[in-house]
Parts: sequence; structure tokens; C-alpha cells
Amino acid sequence: MQIVKLIVLLLASVPAMAQRYSAEKTFVSFFSKASVEDIKAENTKAVSMFDATSGEVAYSVPIKDFKFAKSLMQEHFNEKYLESEKYPKSTFEGKIVGFKGLVEGVQQVHAQGKLTIHGVTHDVDIPGTLEKQADRLVMKSKFMVKLEDYKVRIPQLFWKNIAEQVEVTIDFTYQPK
Amino acid sequence: MFLLTPCVVMAQNDLLGELEKDSKKETEYAFATFKGTRLGNGHTVETKPAGTLEFIFGHRFGAINGGSYEMFGLDQAYVRLGLDYGITDHLSASIGRNSTDKTMDGYLKYKLLRQSSGVKNFPVSVTVLGGAAYKLSPKDNKEVAPDFENVDRLAYTGQLLIARKFSPNFSFQLMPTLVHKNYVTQSIESNDQFAVGFGGRIKLTRSIALTGEYYYNVSRVSGSPYYDAMSLGIDIETGGHVFQLLLTNAIGLTERAFITETRDNFFDGDIHLGFNVTRAFQLKKNK
Repeated sequence: MQIVKLIVLLLASVPAMAQRYSAEKTFVSFFSKASVEDIKAENTKAVSMFDATSGEVAYSVPIKDFKFAKSLMQEHFNEKYLESEKYPKSTFEGKIVGFKGLVEGVQQVHAQGKLTIHGVTHDVDIPGTLEKQADRLVMKSKFMVKLEDYKVRIPQLFWKNIAEQVEVTIDFTYQPK
Repeated sequence: MFLLTPCVVMAQNDLLGELEKDSKKETEYAFATFKGTRLGNGHTVETKPAGTLEFIFGHRFGAINGGSYEMFGLDQAYVRLGLDYGITDHLSASIGRNSTDKTMDGYLKYKLLRQSSGVKNFPVSVTVLGGAAYKLSPKDNKEVAPDFENVDRLAYTGQLLIARKFSPNFSFQLMPTLVHKNYVTQSIESNDQFAVGFGGRIKLTRSIALTGEYYYNVSRVSGSPYYDAMSLGIDIETGGHVFQLLLTNAIGLTERAFITETRDNFFDGDIHLGFNVTRAFQLKKNK
């Protein structure tokens, strides 16, 4: 009996390795609507992996690669708000819930796991979609991040310039690894 | 059976660790070594990014030890109005007008090398600066000397700015500087003067920093009426502005004026309260 279990386990672990997807194209942006001016930044340097067998997913976004329209804003974002020298990356590690396997069409899913921004980690539940396009997988998500939760401090004097929460958009295209 | 289980779990659980392992090593460049393009009276390694125009208003009051009659220096004012523009992320140009000696000035600044770590390692950032200043005062050439010509009103500055950001809170800078003046009174100074400047900043909070700057003029002749220029200041950054409040013995804001022609001695109490205020405008959006 023990032997059978072992074989089953070994067999199960082989396809687990083979069903890995890694992101070939990533897009992460955030948007903050404020009274004085809207703030927007885009990043195409994130890396991500998805395990289609276990539903596990992880991504890592280099903070310094967020591009802003205004250079000064980009400098302040790195130097004063996200402190990218101290906390160079924002990461997510978790599991896709509601994933029905590699079937055609758009699937409504949830990502449950740990989101780390500015060195602060919180358990989150993020809604999103997963779509199989030929051999590729497209993962999309839009969620709100409250700056206060991640200890991103906004100077009182400029509260008008920066909203207290920002909308994060994620668009990853995966291919089998 | 139980010995194998952890291996399988490991393989499935550490996606993030694998990502970190897979991601290529990159070069990290030091940024924001200083808050602004000026440390006190002189420059920092910083230039304006491409498409950014910065207005700089430099103001020095009279000497604090002028007494109550001069309202401790507040009755007098020496002003430089300037514009800096980033042509590329590494090259910027600047023009200005300083009320001290009615001077027009212009600079070009180029970021030659950047401090980096990672794939490429380099310990310091180096910026080169070249500038010229034209003195409009006095109005009549004959007031200076019978053979004084307009070209004698010019002075040039060549400078290397070498800085290292040791930590997010501490940056240090060295500034070997050459000032050439077309006309000098030979008994008190020479045409070519070499100075070594040094200075730095210590960040107190993420928006406030202490700064210090000293220019040691190596070419000072004995009996010179001039002193080395220095400044102690505080940088306050608020959004698109940088306010620099400082105490200095110099009133001029061109290298010629503060490195070679500072008449006040800081340690005698000839200290001037001053401030630099900048406002940046993004003329061209990044794409």
C-alpha cells in the first residue's frame, strides 16, 4: 500500500513540474484619481509564474521600473514613497481559486495570497480572469490598494495630489515553460 | 514516503524563489544623490531630466553682523534668477542673471559617469561643468583701468563634480574647480585659480536634509582680501519645489564671485542668510 502511494505521488509530481507557465509579457499599472492631477505609472518589467496543476501563482515587480509622465514624480515615488532602494520589489505569492483547468474561454477566478508592497505583507483576495488562448494563458486583474495599509506615507501638505488608494491593473500573458 | 513529501511540496510552493533565481542580475544606478542641482552656492552632480525646465531663485541677504541699523542684513539683497533645462537625461543647460556685479552667466552640465552596483559596479557619479560669466558692472570700462576691454569682463569655470551616495541618507561630493578670469589685479590674485570644494548632505527625514559646502581656494596669494566660500544649509522638499535655506559668507552665485571674490569671513561672523527656491516644470512628458 505504501509503495502504491509513493508511485502515485511520484507520478503526480511529474506533471506538476510540466504544467508550469511563465509570463512572456507583463504589464502592471496603477492609477490614482486626485483633485489636482491624476497619477499614472506603467511597468513592463514584472516577472511571473503560474502552476496550472496546483493553481499557484507568483509575481515580482521591480519598483524602479514604474514609468511616470513626470520625471520628478518618478524620482519622488522611488525616493520618498516606495523607498525602492530599501524595498526594490513588490511581490505576490498565492493560489488561483476557481480555476477549472486548461479549458477554452474566460474563467472568473480569485487570487488568494500574500501581497507585499513597500516591505509590508497582507493577505489579499483579488478578483480576476484567466483565459486560454491557444497554448497561452492570459491573466487579468484590477484591484484597489490602500496606501495606508502598506505604510506608504503621503505628506499632509500634498494630500490633494495623491489619492489615498490607487487602482492597480495587471495583465500577464503566460506560455508553457 | 514522508521523506519524499517535503521535496514535492518544495517544488510546488516556492514559485517566488524560482522567479528571483531566474531573473537576470541587473545594474542599479544611484539616483537622487542630492535633492537639487545646487548644494549651497555651487553645483551638485545632479542635472535636470530631459524635458524638465527648472526656475531657480537664489537670494542672499546682507551680513547678519550688520547690526540693527541694517536689520541684521535683511535690508540688503543679492539675487540670481536662473533657468535650467534638461536637453537629455544627462545634459542640461543653464542661464542666469546675478545682481552681484550685474553678472550674466551660462553653464553646460554633463553627467559623465553614474554610480552603480550590480552587473556594472562603479563607486561614484561624475558630472562635468563648463560655464562662463560676464560682468556688466561697472558700466564704463575706464572705471576699471585705461586698457580694460569688454572681453576682460568674462570669466570661465571648469569643474568636475564627483559624488558618492553612501546610503539613502548620506551623500558626499568633491569639486575640483578651475576659474579663469580674463582680467585681475595681479597684486591680489592670479588669472587662473584652482579650488577644491567638498560638501555633502545628511537626510534627516525623507523631505528634509542638512547640507554643507566648502571651497578651498588653493591659488590664494598672501595678502589676499578674499576668503574661502562656505555654506551650511537645510533642504526642504515639497512636491515640485525645493527650498534651500542657508548660512553663507558669499553673496555671489557664480563660481567666479563665490570662489574667487568672497570678501566676508564666515568665522568673523560675516554670515549671510540665504535661500534657493526651485520650481520644476515638465515641458515634455516622458514616453
